[in-house]
Amino acid sequence: MTSFLKSCTALVATAVVASQSLAADMITEIGPGEGQVNIVAWPGYIERGETVADFDWVTKFEQATSCKVNVKTANTSDEMVALMNEGGFDLVTASGDASLRMIAGKRVQPVNIDLIPSWPSVDERLKEAPWHYVGGVHYGTPYMWGPNVLMYSTEAFAEAPTSWSVVFEETTLADGKSNQGRVQAYDGPIHIADAANYLMYHKPELGITSPYELNQEQYDAALDLLRVQRGLVSRYWHDAFIQIDDFKNEGIVASGSWPFQVNLLQGDGAKVASTIPQEGATGWADTTMMHAEAENPNCAYMWMEHTLSSNLQSDLSVWFGANPAVPAACTDGRGMQTAEGCTKNGMDEFERIKFWQTPVSKCESQGTCVPYYRWVSDYIGVIGGR
Amino acid sequence: MSDLSLHTGRSGPLTRLSDWLWRNPRMLILLLLTPPALWLGIIYLGSLFALLAQSFFSIDEFSGLIVYEFTLKTYGELFTPANFDIIVRTVVMAAAVTVAAALISFPIAYYAARYAKGKWKAVFYLGVMLPLWSSYLVKVYSWKLILAKEGILNWLFEILHMKWLLEAYLAIPVIGGNSLSVSWTGTFLVFLYVWLPFMVLPIQASLERVPTSMLEASGDLGANPGQSFRYVLLPLALPGVIAGSIFTFSLTLGDYIIPQIVGSSRRFIGQAVYSYQGTAGNIPLAAAFAVVPIVIMGVYLWVAKRKGAFDAL
Repeated sequence: MTSFLKSCTALVATAVVASQSLAADMITEIGPGEGQVNIVAWPGYIERGETVADFDWVTKFEQATSCKVNVKTANTSDEMVALMNEGGFDLVTASGDASLRMIAGKRVQPVNIDLIPSWPSVDERLKEAPWHYVGGVHYGTPYMWGPNVLMYSTEAFAEAPTSWSVVFEETTLADGKSNQGRVQAYDGPIHIADAANYLMYHKPELGITSPYELNQEQYDAALDLLRVQRGLVSRYWHDAFIQIDDFKNEGIVASGSWPFQVNLLQGDGAKVASTIPQEGATGWADTTMMHAEAENPNCAYMWMEHTLSSNLQSDLSVWFGANPAVPAACTDGRGMQTAEGCTKNGMDEFERIKFWQTPVSKCESQGTCVPYYRWVSDYIGVIGGR
Repeated sequence: MSDLSLHTGRSGPLTRLSDWLWRNPRMLILLLLTPPALWLGIIYLGSLFALLAQSFFSIDEFSGLIVYEFTLKTYGELFTPANFDIIVRTVVMAAAVTVAAALISFPIAYYAARYAKGKWKAVFYLGVMLPLWSSYLVKVYSWKLILAKEGILNWLFEILHMKWLLEAYLAIPVIGGNSLSVSWTGTFLVFLYVWLPFMVLPIQASLERVPTSMLEASGDLGANPGQSFRYVLLPLALPGVIAGSIFTFSLTLGDYIIPQIVGSSRRFIGQAVYSYQGTAGNIPLAAAFAVVPIVIMGVYLWVAKRKGAFDAL
């Protein structure tokens, strides 16, 4: 009993020390800029008018703060984590799957939101989102978010499909032909979550509470659904531009997709539209996070403030087909985004979106869940016809 | 003055070093060979062995963490139905691509080696090499457009009123599919196109070394052209064919871009390695998969050597 008490005391002591060191890590005031800031970002996330002249949210920042912005793009969450582990960067635009890994691995540091004047303007729904707010500590500023919508061809569908069943089960579409060979699904294990989300609505007896936290039985049901889907899908999509091409040249009429592809296809005059069906949808939410050993913390804080206050939120949401983390950016004319544009990108659907998380074996809702590495191997099996 | 410069010349540190090296030739060789040997040993083979070592670890079923203890369990996982499918699929594809590439390359290389002269030789080299100069991705994407359901090839079949033929072909299970660009046939055609130069050039080089007089002698001794080909030309050109097949076979075994863009999304070894080492964090299985092509190539080279393919080298 005494030893138990002793270890309890030790635990409390460690907790106190740990929380103090956390608090000590945090900066309390912003000094002069260091002259540069190094950011790891998704492609297209940080534009300086070089791709299209109208889309520039870097030049003004560099002029105002004399912090030069250096961007290193990364194509997957894994690359982002690897780059942050290597070091030499100050900030990263991390998605929900990468952010928790980096917090757990202590690659990012707590952010003092008092030093970010525009913090109050951040969407209330994102201020304490679980993918960057851990144990009462903020680990970054929300950047952008978006849903994985159902894109469909308006020629094959007289009206918007109301259910994801058009991509999961064989049905005859409005144009009188079967959907076999005319639908696509995402070529990543996280698509299992979309199947789980569908089952959550249609098979409540399975008791799924989160599509990212599945026990063995729920997981098997999701895989069975995906095996049916394999019979309908000719090729899974991996690259946004290949999917765009498939909608144009391969006769694809429905697929889970991002608003990015929908906007590009519509901009090109293709007859497509998107919807979030009755089951809701999965989605992604990115956060600007700061490296634990950031060399340019002052410029990093200035950039975080810039991401929330400037034209960035508004113009980036147009550019990427995503939703700003600052709702005012939709309406106050700081950039090109409009209220209609935000609605089109899914701004009002926040409640119906289950944001991307990495499935772990120790899950909150039911103790033990199927971890992500099994999602990977089983999804490979499903695609291979097993 | 000249005396002074001669004097300093003989006593400078570089001169002394050069004198010393001249007296110790072994040291000179050692110094010259160490950097490339280190490169080969540490960076090239070292990384390979680091990878191989990973494959003897395993992933913990419950926590998903890597257990750093020697085990063969990860290799056992290669034989689960889904993983074994991937290996068989890749090897069959690599073998099919290699055979087809050899069949197509031989006549081309023969023409280039025997009949093409001057300007036409240059045209041949340019024609074979030109695709290698453009980006690999550009070639693969353009093939995707050619093979698409609404692409050029389909349009051509329609113009020629041959669409029924294409549809009948695509209805064949396994090699068919919804359109050429989502079928095995499509993946095969793109592999064949992309790796063809690696087969043509070695065959052409080996055919150029076959003396014309041998073929003439074979004819004079009464062999018909088929026999001359079978008993004289082919054995002499075989090292080139084998060299080319090593390229096409191993390149197909390792590629992970083409099957992602053209094909039915069913995984090849390269793609499996790519997805296992990512977010999944299953490095041991990725490493075990990476060992598969090494073993297959080892067996392949051993068989080729037994068949005497390297005797002429």
